[in-house]
Amino acid sequence: MVHRVALLDGERVLRCSPGQDVLNAAIKAGVSWLPVGCRGGGCGVCRVIVRSGSYETGRMNKRLVTSDDASRVFALACKLYPTSDLELEFAPVQRSTA
Amino acid sequence: MAIDGVMRTGHVQIRVMDLAAAVHHYTEYYGLIQTGSDEGRAYLKGWDEFDSHSLVLREADEPGMDHVAFKVRREADLDRIEGELRERLIAVTQIPAGEQLGVGRRIAFTVPTGHRIELYATCEQPGNGLPTRNPDVWPDGLKGMKATRLEHVLLYGPNVAATTELLSRVLGMIVAEDVVTEDGTRIGAFLTCASKSHDIAFIEAPETRFHHLAYWLDSWDDIRNAADLIAKNKIPLDIGPTRHGISRGVTIYFFDPSGNRNEVFSGSYQHYPDRPTITWDAAELGKAIFYYEGRLNEAFLSVTT
Repeated sequence: MVHRVALLDGERVLRCSPGQDVLNAAIKAGVSWLPVGCRGGGCGVCRVIVRSGSYETGRMNKRLVTSDDASRVFALACKLYPTSDLELEFAPVQRSTA
Repeated sequence: MAIDGVMRTGHVQIRVMDLAAAVHHYTEYYGLIQTGSDEGRAYLKGWDEFDSHSLVLREADEPGMDHVAFKVRREADLDRIEGELRERLIAVTQIPAGEQLGVGRRIAFTVPTGHRIELYATCEQPGNGLPTRNPDVWPDGLKGMKATRLEHVLLYGPNVAATTELLSRVLGMIVAEDVVTEDGTRIGAFLTCASKSHDIAFIEAPETRFHHLAYWLDSWDDIRNAADLIAKNKIPLDIGPTRHGISRGVTIYFFDPSGNRNEVFSGSYQHYPDRPTITWDAAELGKAIFYYEGRLNEAFLSVTT
């Protein structure tokens, strides 16, 4: 079953197939609101906060998805596999150059 | 001995989140040869390296670089450099022989960018798969991009100017090329130990990060072959094939399965100690990094591990 993945603003929406990661779904759909980085769960430029929905994840950089605040559940879109419709908030790791 | 003291980038130890997936990537696609393993680590080499390894993969819960190690000509060089570091009140850690398979004692210190630099003189040399008498030109069984040897690393961090000063004065490295702002601040430095265009490079950034490691390929055609393999195997591409202004090398960048950036590189000039430093204005950084495009891609600045 195809899941609906939406940013909290409700305007930016994409469809994600079973087994497909959210970033790959965005790339395939040609949408540009998720930045494309390493695609390996390492760099964090595609980081999001999951506000609602169920999902599975692949291995992700622990430093970037660890949160002290239980209401902020981080995931990297390149390793985020929806198992229901999802609502996301964009939360990219800040760019590292001065 | 014309090349003495610190000879070259000897090995890099990086962290990966899935060791089996990383070994597959680095052997089947990058074309490195696995030479050993110990608890949680895999050891690999480019085919034309005589030493036992130039890349160590360590399984961890975040990617990035543990350290980069330079090989020095003699054990006595380690003592001399350790003394010079201590004179500058820089803490030096001793790592006993055998901590890495086949490697003698190492010394380690941290540069102002926050990266750990190590030095060693001794490494087992299983060879490059060819005899040292009347050899053929390549061994059988090479895979993927057929990476030949470790070329350089590029690191992001604060205090590039101070780091460059330290590596120049204590390790004897030479700044082959640098990048300066209008007020003369050095925000990029490409340092060479001997005849490569660079063995290690730094770009100014607020946090200590690993940008990429590069292996050498013999030609532009080999870079095209790497691009073919990246497309065929759906390896995440960063940018390329293209050319650098800095070093004049030809290149393609891609990512390993944990998001560490890889490069295969060829075609740069040879450096000699009397070659003047080439300086780039920060405003020309796009051309300096990606000569054909004339500008950086967003990922080059933002994507690090």
